[in-house]
Amino acid sequence: MVQKLDTLIESPSQTAGPYVHIGTVPTYAGLGGIYEQEIGDSPIADGAKGEVITITGTVADATGWVLRDAMFETWQPDAAGKFAGDAGADPAVSGWSRVCADPESGEWTLKTVKPGSTTLRDGRVQAPHISVWLVARGINIGLQTRIYFEDEDNSADPLLNRIEQRPRVDTLIAKRTGDGEYRFDIRIAGPQETVFLDI
Amino acid sequence: MTDQSPLIPRNREMHPVPYYPDYKTSVARSPSLPLISMESTPSEETGPRFGHNKLGALDNNLILNWTKGAAPAVGERVLMHGRVLDENNRPVPNTLIEIWQANAGGRYRHIKDTYFAPLDPNFGGCGRTITDENGRYEFLTIRPGAYPWPNRGNEWRPMHIHISVFGHAFGQRLITQMYFEGDPLIDRCPIAATIRERSQLDRLVAPLDMASARPMDFLAYKFDIVLRGRRQTMFENKMEGM
Ligand SMILES: [Fe+3]
Repeated sequence: MVQKLDTLIESPSQTAGPYVHIGTVPTYAGLGGIYEQEIGDSPIADGAKGEVITITGTVADATGWVLRDAMFETWQPDAAGKFAGDAGADPAVSGWSRVCADPESGEWTLKTVKPGSTTLRDGRVQAPHISVWLVARGINIGLQTRIYFEDEDNSADPLLNRIEQRPRVDTLIAKRTGDGEYRFDIRIAGPQETVFLDI
Repeated sequence: MTDQSPLIPRNREMHPVPYYPDYKTSVARSPSLPLISMESTPSEETGPRFGHNKLGALDNNLILNWTKGAAPAVGERVLMHGRVLDENNRPVPNTLIEIWQANAGGRYRHIKDTYFAPLDPNFGGCGRTITDENGRYEFLTIRPGAYPWPNRGNEWRPMHIHISVFGHAFGQRLITQMYFEGDPLIDRCPIAATIRERSQLDRLVAPLDMASARPMDFLAYKFDIVLRGRRQTMFENKMEGM
């Protein structure tokens, strides 16, 4: 017998199911008031430094049908590239939020500040982006992706440069539709499938 | 000081397969192209933290939280408790856990749930808590009922509680389900079966824990959760030329 490792294995995931909102966004599910303070309604508070932006989009399945029950979480640094908890981070940026698709149209909206760039431990710089973790009925393990921005220099981003099929990079880039307004559609599968990550 | 070493890459062998035709909804909701793998970055190595100030006193008591303590929910009273650990076998303290579940009759309090088992006026169906310094947590709840769902001809979910855990890094984010020891519906459930290794599925089945049950009050089930760990090494190699 070889020696035994001291390590454990991560618990297996299971789908969040159709009622994920009960546990995560109770007001959306009709359980408003069960908690005094619900969490995740905005990644920023009044006075957050930087450019306030609005991103709108949908989440579609392999057939192109827009999910009405999608829920995702976002995580990002402040406008200077500092995450909540870092020394000197903007106290008005929690950087984390929960976004629900509209139950009728499936469209979602995220209002936040544009994040700054961040640096890897080897010194390479990541272009500004928002991390996304998407769950829903039928998704057996949460899907990770990122929202980059059309009007930033993404040419040296270490993650984007790992994508062999260059046209697929486009699926991670929010398109500017107006002043401080962007469009970002997620396609779980099918034509123009969004690039999902294993990071 | 927080540990910001790289996360241990996910071992996807023991996770459920995303595409599993017996669970019909997964067919159109699973990516068909490979995921892009990369060493974790600050975007995954950091994550939101939640303080106790956000929580109310009854948030982890699903028997009483819906009525603010006025009247208890119907059902078999159960203590669900355990620890959150990481793959380095260290407790994960001060991390948020959220749970949600059906009532004793198998009905969710949700606009979309139309099952004819009645709602319990004294049961909401969600709770949350923060682990203590040893990674421990507990919820007082009722045993959820099994419920039917439209998938194949006659499909029933085993009794289960949905669980969401944060850890300290966004890349540790995990949602899973707790099943109950001895439930014969586990073996028939296509959602449970998305986990291909039986030994891995067994890790989601909570054993009855009579040592933690309180006589004349509640039964107990123990459920430990393991999150991704961080790579432990004293060597730090830089990329060529850096
Ligand atoms: Fe369920």
